[in-house]
Amino acid sequence: MKRTGKITKINGNMVTAEFESFVIQNEVAYVISGSERLKSEVIRVRAKSAQMQVFESTTGLRVGQEVEFSDSLLSVELGPGLLGQIFDGLENPLPNLAKEYGFFLKRGAYLEALAQDSLWEFTPLAKQEDNVRPGEKIGFVQEKIFKHYIMVPFGFPSHLKVKNIVKAGKYDLRQVIAQLVDADGKTYECFLKQSWPVKIPIKAYAEKIKPQEPLITKMRVIDSLFPVARGGTYCIPGPFGAGKTVLQQLTSRHAEVDVVIIAACGERAGEVVETLKTFPEIKDARANRPLIERTIIICNTSSMPVAARESSVYTAVTMAEYYRQMGLNVLLLADSTSRWAQAMREMSGRLEEIPGEEAFPAYLESRIASFYERAGVVRLYDGSVGSITIGGTISPAGGNFEEPVTQATLKVVGAFHGLSRERSDARRYPAIDPLISWSKYPSFINADIVARGHEILRKSNEVAQMMKVIGEEGTSLTDYVDYLKGEFFDSVYLQQNAFDAVDEATSKERQKYVFDFIYRLLKDKFSFATKEEALHFFQSLRQLFRGWNSAEFEGEEFKRIEKEIQSAIREKIISE
Amino acid sequence: MHKIYTNISQISGDVITVSAPDVGYMDIAQITASRGASLAQVIRIDGEKVYLQVFAGSRGISTGDKVRFLGHAMRVASGDDLLGRIFNGSGEPLDKGPVLSENMIEIGGPSVNPVKRIIPNKMIRTGIPMIDVFNSLVESQKLPIFSIAGEPYNELLARIATQAEVDIIVLGGMGLKYDDYLFFRDILKNHGSLSRSIFFIHTAADPTVECLLVPDLSLAVAEQFALSGKRVLVLLSDMTNFADALKEVSITMERVPSNRGYPGDLYSQLASRYEKAVDFDTAGSITILAVTTMPGDDVTHPVPDNTGYITEGQFYLKGGVIEPFGSLSRLKQQVNGKTRDDHRTIMDTMIGLFANYRETLEKQSMGFHMSSWDKKLLNYGRLFEEEMMSLKVNIPLEKALDLGWSLMASCFSPEETGIKKSMIEKYWNKSAEDR
Repeated sequence: MKRTGKITKINGNMVTAEFESFVIQNEVAYVISGSERLKSEVIRVRAKSAQMQVFESTTGLRVGQEVEFSDSLLSVELGPGLLGQIFDGLENPLPNLAKEYGFFLKRGAYLEALAQDSLWEFTPLAKQEDNVRPGEKIGFVQEKIFKHYIMVPFGFPSHLKVKNIVKAGKYDLRQVIAQLVDADGKTYECFLKQSWPVKIPIKAYAEKIKPQEPLITKMRVIDSLFPVARGGTYCIPGPFGAGKTVLQQLTSRHAEVDVVIIAACGERAGEVVETLKTFPEIKDARANRPLIERTIIICNTSSMPVAARESSVYTAVTMAEYYRQMGLNVLLLADSTSRWAQAMREMSGRLEEIPGEEAFPAYLESRIASFYERAGVVRLYDGSVGSITIGGTISPAGGNFEEPVTQATLKVVGAFHGLSRERSDARRYPAIDPLISWSKYPSFINADIVARGHEILRKSNEVAQMMKVIGEEGTSLTDYVDYLKGEFFDSVYLQQNAFDAVDEATSKERQKYVFDFIYRLLKDKFSFATKEEALHFFQSLRQLFRGWNSAEFEGEEFKRIEKEIQSAIREKIISE
Repeated sequence: MHKIYTNISQISGDVITVSAPDVGYMDIAQITASRGASLAQVIRIDGEKVYLQVFAGSRGISTGDKVRFLGHAMRVASGDDLLGRIFNGSGEPLDKGPVLSENMIEIGGPSVNPVKRIIPNKMIRTGIPMIDVFNSLVESQKLPIFSIAGEPYNELLARIATQAEVDIIVLGGMGLKYDDYLFFRDILKNHGSLSRSIFFIHTAADPTVECLLVPDLSLAVAEQFALSGKRVLVLLSDMTNFADALKEVSITMERVPSNRGYPGDLYSQLASRYEKAVDFDTAGSITILAVTTMPGDDVTHPVPDNTGYITEGQFYLKGGVIEPFGSLSRLKQQVNGKTRDDHRTIMDTMIGLFANYRETLEKQSMGFHMSSWDKKLLNYGRLFEEEMMSLKVNIPLEKALDLGWSLMASCFSPEETGIKKSMIEKYWNKSAEDR
């Protein structure tokens, strides 16, 4: 029997309904308004009234209208066909919506996430009588460049036997491909697809292991100084205009992972459009296929309904977990987690909960922590390893990191890439401030060399601060040279030109090679008669290095400039 | 026939409560008071209690006044009849023209499907080097002008409006001084643009809350034109007044404030307006230029702060010039690679050097010895301020790039600029010869 209720209150996107029998916390309910059915989620129950956040505009709703409860928690459909797609926060495929409804997002219009009648070439792996458990691979289809494993649905009971399984061949998403039975003889059907509630982590794996291996992003300042591990977590807080999104976009292009999931959460539509339109044209270097084929975009931009923004990060991480279950390395980029936190704040305000700091709800920290905890490296039942790396941007109010979202995130992530206004104003991109950022993960560059890099940056900054007080003439030549060395290191290594075809992405080998080169240079002692001379030396070295950075690694040009740099250094160096 | 209710049970701030059944959320009602009629909008429904935000303010409303629900959300007329017309913050004519009721559209409509947008790619030339060279304005961009009160922001807005090649200009004034309104009207008139302009004017003398509708009215009208293939420029001045009106209503409704009294949904509220800026796949575009005055020149104030996170950059107007630091056009990369091959080099290098100049100025003010490098920077900075930054300068982009090379050549040697050799070879000597 259908459970229903009647609207009694409307306040923004929060609707209260009286119900008769019972409701389930966090179940999906539909508000019926004329011909429209608006999706909503039950978020609080008080006596006989359920408070629901509506994932749509509530304009025109009336007291007395019917609400239908659905029995199921907010879930997403998982199966072949997700890659290359663009969804809204509730997994509606946006291109199909555009085909159906035109320029605007029509309220109450929901479409199937996956094309149900598309045929996939299925190869079974399991046999009749096999013992299987949730997450076990029973077959696969080829999705783009990956073997897309079809797994026993994660929500099934833990001890099952294969009753029958189809032969290799073409099947669509509606066809039963296997039947499983439990100890009591109850039958369960498997399809190429399955569904999973977004707010619950998928745990169908043997064990979670420690993230160790570095994730190469081809961004020098990240890989060399503040590395991220595969399966690790990191955050990028920064004031507006510091380049968070550009950094995320570059990472999504170059990071060495299998699948990238971009959760554009409450940010500008224009930025998503850029990814959307350019990814089909950019070739992924490893597979020589368009980038879009290994990317999923979850897009809930700032003008789209707020409640769906809250669910969009969960939708994204659930899809990440699904691909991880196949033994793939997934990178989830969430931009921006502050908008997600704000969505929670808006709802908390409407629920009239007692507010915490800056009106954020008291459960902000635990929600952030449990979101990042869904990252990690896991060993699956068959011994293969999959990972989810989560990188989230934060947009702190006023660019001040002492605010609740940044602080709550810093507690739980493994690396912190803090962007600073000073650096972006001086056009020092990426604007990751080396003096405040940190990482708990190991770099592929020798720790001593990295330490020297940090040291010279610190020293250089100290001298720069001192010079502000005592002036250049009061600074000793040795200090001044240290200052110049730091500036030099910053401008030719930490800074990277995102608009230069070569400099945009630096391979691991090149980073090792160049860092080593600079390391020797930073250690070297030079003979300068005056500060003027020192300044001039480093300025021309910088110019040479910039040219070097945009020369193809180990190409003719690269070798030529390298020689030029070496001879320039030889003139000034004091041999020991 | 709409029912009339006369049982106003509560008046608090500009929000009144009336008992009425079967009312739609966000519906519009008309309140007839002794002082005249005003529009009001449903902002909360609790059983039979309906909370209405009264746009003309609640002053003078009696508990026995008549409330008539119109049965729909706020609407505005659209189409060519609007061109050259001037309306108030509720969409009623301020000029002597007729009331329009053709092609009524609901305001605050749904969001554009991102896949129906295209990547913006057309530069809007303004003749202002600080914009064209350093922070190019792009069609369909949403860009605020951050400034403190007293800066010539409306002049800048008007100058861009008259110089930009667009089909239609929509001006939404919020808390606009009457003088400023006249200034906009006259400047567009002198420029012959009045017949393709539409004004929604809420002046500083009108009740604060009435300005809440102005952005939605302006943008709904603009959207209709854009859908019919027109390129529309929407000017909004000043969005801080809009945010303050939101704050006022929110406090009246006893919502928990998040930051300095502003509501927690300030970001979403501003975003739903700014995100109307769009370049439609197979239709026209909307470009939004908005003024955001910063109380106390504080960019971390919630209004400019939230705005900055939404918009695609900002022009920071300070001391009568567009300040290079703090100003940013996020879309400039879409266009400045296609102008001239030295555009980006000039942009990056000149700003970098100007940053060094600012540091040197600081050192100088502390009385430190100026090295010969410092002196070069001082010379450069002065020239840059006079010949590039001044808003008096009005030259096309290519001239401005040439000017950049000759400014640098007159102050530095090539390697001091840090510019790549290939670029130096192509442009440096050329500019030296030109001089």
